[in-house]
Amino acid sequence: MDVVVCVKQIPDPADPGELDAETRTLRRDVKLILDESDSYGVEMALQLVDSAGEGEVRLVSMVPNSEMSGLRTALAMGAASAVLVSDEALAGSDALSTAKVLAAAIRRSEPDLILAATESSDGYTGTVPVQVAELLGLPSVTFGREVTVADGVATVKRQTEAGYDVVECPLPAVVSVTAGVVEPRYPSFKGIMAAKNKPVDELDLAGLGIDPTTVGWSGARQEIVDVVDAAARESGEVVVDEGDAHERILAFMDELKVL
Amino acid sequence: MGFSKIWVHGESTEVGAATITLELLAKARELADVVEVVMAGDADAVAAELGDHGASTVHTIGALNGGLVGPRLASAIAAATGAGEGPNVLLCGTTYDGRDVAGRLSVKLDVPVITNVVDLVVDGDRLIGQEPVFGGTKDVFTGFIGDGPAIFLVRPKSFPAEPSGGPAATVAGLEVGDLGGTGGAMVGERFAEESTGPRLDEANIVVSGGRGLGDAEKYEMIETLARLVKGAPGASRAVVDAGWVPYAYQVGQTGKVVKPTVYLACGISGATQHLVGMKGSANIIAINKDAEAPIFGIADLGIVGDVHKVLPKLIEALEARA
Ligand SMILES: Cc1cc2nc3c(=O)[nH]c(=O)nc-3n(C[C@H](O)[C@H](O)[C@H](O)COP(=O)(O)OP(=O)(O)OC[C@H]3O[C@@H](n4cnc5c(N)ncnc54)[C@H](O)[C@@H]3O)c2cc1C
Repeated sequence: MDVVVCVKQIPDPADPGELDAETRTLRRDVKLILDESDSYGVEMALQLVDSAGEGEVRLVSMVPNSEMSGLRTALAMGAASAVLVSDEALAGSDALSTAKVLAAAIRRSEPDLILAATESSDGYTGTVPVQVAELLGLPSVTFGREVTVADGVATVKRQTEAGYDVVECPLPAVVSVTAGVVEPRYPSFKGIMAAKNKPVDELDLAGLGIDPTTVGWSGARQEIVDVVDAAARESGEVVVDEGDAHERILAFMDELKVL
Repeated sequence: MGFSKIWVHGESTEVGAATITLELLAKARELADVVEVVMAGDADAVAAELGDHGASTVHTIGALNGGLVGPRLASAIAAATGAGEGPNVLLCGTTYDGRDVAGRLSVKLDVPVITNVVDLVVDGDRLIGQEPVFGGTKDVFTGFIGDGPAIFLVRPKSFPAEPSGGPAATVAGLEVGDLGGTGGAMVGERFAEESTGPRLDEANIVVSGGRGLGDAEKYEMIETLARLVKGAPGASRAVVDAGWVPYAYQVGQTGKVVKPTVYLACGISGATQHLVGMKGSANIIAINKDAEAPIFGIADLGIVGDVHKVLPKLIEALEARA
């Protein structure tokens, strides 16, 4: 079974991000790392291929600037190869353009299953996986928290408001997984060394047959009209507990008449 | 582009229309002359309630028979749009199914989606979506260029749900188009995770626990406290990822947005991604042993203290009152 995992390389979320003054979008010309949300999809793909006993995990990613350190992390975890779509014209792409590029890259490899995170950590539109599925004409199950595959069917526990649904989905299909569903492995030293020699197929938009004017800033059909500082919430009293903090809390709630 | 005709993606529960749907209707009827709902399932069961909240018509694709909503509703809305009968604006909630509908439809109509919207403002003949970024410290305003319809994914709790007192909505059928290979996923069994007390996103009091509790067993203090104040227990992502509680408990950017009268944060640092989910609470109380914890920056009452000392006493005092 061949699994493609869509992975995104993002600015380190531990660093407070910055908006580019001109484009008013998140600055991405900093060092990029593998989005932690995607490490769950990579891990799940590795486990599924492992239990199938055959096949491989391939990565698909898109950046405007050839960056691949995040891809190397996922390769070090055990993915076999990667397709990196890299083109300056991709800067400023909205989620739909991103999905078009990813779908075109996925089409070249005809996997049995496509995994993605439910949403990226930096943009969190949460629409790309289902857009990819629609572009490929495939069924999808979003918000998966457990995935098993047998006889060409994926069985997915899908998060719901009340609990979860068990959804059966014929392959090929797109499944998005929530964070925390599996324990992503740390790349071993051997894995890190091996990742350096794993194939990364770097393509530009022309190589993918996509007209550069339909993506990125030139293809955008939405525009940011304003960015403003939000009204800050005032903080109140801070007291050090002297053994009576519970009384302060109760008094505060009594005042509000919520108890 | 205009916004004279708005469709709201309708969702329902066993007891009626979902709160998110009523929230979206409240905003839609403030903006548009024609406000209609588009949904899957039994529209007759909710037509009166939806009408009471301002919808004139409910378009339904009927029973799903195990199929997922996304591809079916998207194909129906795309077909209506193709026939010139669709809306100028579609509002979907940022929910499990809402994202599926919006994402699929965006491909079918080849228009983008404006996501994570918490407010809609009028700009000439178009609507602009407001999205909080960086933990709600900045607001980004985004509008569509070019032909619509405009699709917005709106976060729950963005607008108060209020009835406007209209007559029951007219129920109309909507045809699902050809699904091709997209409709193959089928729901088998459905499991409800047991929960008592109010829902996390509807509770008047939310008691949330974070990594500062130390270990999974200590989370019981949060459950006990929530029960005693007739509130709902919540959690930071750190403890959800650690497997102490299910994902449904998570408050924040990737979890639920809550706006209770009182939010009590216990052993939660106050990361920006947590704050976006709860800073709309009317009152915030925080207990943290680190006086520098960012959560104190937005707390109305901050307690610098140890949860293992404060919470048992609080529980004891509440039990004594009961
Ligand atoms: C893309 C993305 C999305 C995210 N989405 C969410 C989300 O939806 N929700 C969310 O919550 N997080 C989210 N996070 C994670 C977030 O950044 C934080 O990591 C998380 O909120 C931290 O949880 P915490 O406060 O429980 O743990 P910590 O940050 O580890 O804080 C623990 C706190 O407990 C205090 N403490 C320790 N011991 C005690 C004691 N005995 N008594 C009192 N206090 C004590 C410490 O001082 C500390 O402040 C997201 C992160 C990313 C990158």
